[in-house]
Amino acid sequence: MTRRFSIHLLLIGGVLVMLYPLLWMVSGSFKAGEEIFDGAHLWPTRATLNNYRDGWVALGVGFGEFFGNSAVIAVAAVAGNVVSCSMAAYAFARLRFTLKRLWFAAMLASIMLPIHVLIVPQYTLFHRLGWIDTFLPLIVPKFLAVDGFFIFLMVQFIRSLPPELDDAARIDGCGPMQIYLRIILPLMAPALVTTAIFTFIWTWDDFFGQLIYLNDIARYTVPLALRAFLDSSGESSWGQMLAMATLSLIPVLAFFLVFQRRITDGISTTGLRG
Amino acid sequence: MKRKENSVAYLFLAPWLAGLVLLTAGPILGSLYLSFTDFDLLTAPRWAGLDNYRRFASDPHLLNSLRVTTVYVLVSVPLVIAAALVMAALLSGGRRGLGAYRSAYYLPSILGGSVAVSIMWRQIFGDDGLVNWVLAKFGIIGPSWISTPEYAIYTLVLLHVWQFGSPMLIFLAGMKQIPQELHEAATVDGAGPLRRFTKVTLPLLTPLILFNVVLQLINSFKAFTPAFIISGGTGGPADATLFYTLYLYQEGFANFRMGYASAMAWALLIVIALSTIGAFATSRYWVYYADLEGPR
Repeated sequence: MTRRFSIHLLLIGGVLVMLYPLLWMVSGSFKAGEEIFDGAHLWPTRATLNNYRDGWVALGVGFGEFFGNSAVIAVAAVAGNVVSCSMAAYAFARLRFTLKRLWFAAMLASIMLPIHVLIVPQYTLFHRLGWIDTFLPLIVPKFLAVDGFFIFLMVQFIRSLPPELDDAARIDGCGPMQIYLRIILPLMAPALVTTAIFTFIWTWDDFFGQLIYLNDIARYTVPLALRAFLDSSGESSWGQMLAMATLSLIPVLAFFLVFQRRITDGISTTGLRG
Repeated sequence: MKRKENSVAYLFLAPWLAGLVLLTAGPILGSLYLSFTDFDLLTAPRWAGLDNYRRFASDPHLLNSLRVTTVYVLVSVPLVIAAALVMAALLSGGRRGLGAYRSAYYLPSILGGSVAVSIMWRQIFGDDGLVNWVLAKFGIIGPSWISTPEYAIYTLVLLHVWQFGSPMLIFLAGMKQIPQELHEAATVDGAGPLRRFTKVTLPLLTPLILFNVVLQLINSFKAFTPAFIISGGTGGPADATLFYTLYLYQEGFANFRMGYASAMAWALLIVIALSTIGAFATSRYWVYYADLEGPR
């Protein structure tokens, strides 16, 4: 009994240590002036919303703009991944076609590729198309199913669905298009949701791609805005910076709270990085 | 049923195939070609033979970024795996409140890659940050951890280790698969919890350890955001946090030496491939597959 109790005590202590930095950041965003630098306490002596009010407009362009930009990119990326990856996955899992094994191997190999070996030619291509400083380089690739990982995830899922369903639909006169739309897509909803969640989170947190492709502050996303904030301000604005940093984490945190089960299951069964 | 459905199948594959040609296969060949040229984006690439690759040996920043990245990978990967294993072991075995603990320990992993968390880290390990305030209570005047060359890299290592959540979840799932009878048999034979962990759980988890090591290796070689944010994009102090990817970014997208950046990218690809192969090559000595007789 005491042994079990002491393990719980240890685990709770561990949780506190792990989450302390995050809690401290949130509390810092409500502290006034120099109080952030003065103590590890979480409860502000005089809680204030000033950091949020001032931080929101500190860059000239309001953070509303940046949140809007991030949301547009993330939502478009989710739509792109769900549509294009599910189409490719259906073909790989259910259709017979020439060179299938070769293409499947190519798709698996693409998962392992570090983006760095692709980025210079991709940048050159987008530069030629006049897409630098637009959202297109961050969105269009998602509609071309470049995240092979999700195709693989969906292929595995579709393969677990009984093929008799397809056969029955075929006897009823459904072609591959109808089978995809009416049978496979509804049944693979869990895989689509997992894809949507992780695409949203990774796109929201992406920094490298956005740093490279977006220059004009009017098109900045939240991570770029935070970075600009960090560059432009000194010690005096730490409170405001922590306030905006806290706000930037809220969408991901909300996703995590709502979809906890699915996120942790997604990681543990597939090794999704997270 | 042997009939092929080529036209409709290729219709479904069309977006992916376009992406493969334009955004993956084309670019990988493109960057291989560019790695043998001088290229500044605006003028046509000029053939330079092996110059870019030869320059590696005489580029102090590159050599330094290799050293920094190697230290980062070699220190943080084992620590992440160890932390994940220990926590998974503590949480396994149907403990009450498992779901809540699991989520709490995983939370840093899902937030950790963001710019926001890197900013927070920068403040925590800064001159008058949280860590130094705590140290001051014990009468220790700490340095600015992020701007002292000897320590800066270890603040990044710590940030990585803090995110042991994903491998922990994978280990937890693996531990669930271990038949209860094995533990019971070991208990009957007089093995305590520690012995059961080292003699039953650990050997059966080795395939997942290999899997996690490979994933973590690849991810740590590619780490970028924390080094960029914590050093303000410079890789400083004194190149102490100049990750390989950060230097690649500087060369390619700040100095527009895109031929050189492409050569660096190919070198990275080769290093990642070799370390993955290396991890698999050692696996025959320590990975235990239950369906075979001991390590192969």
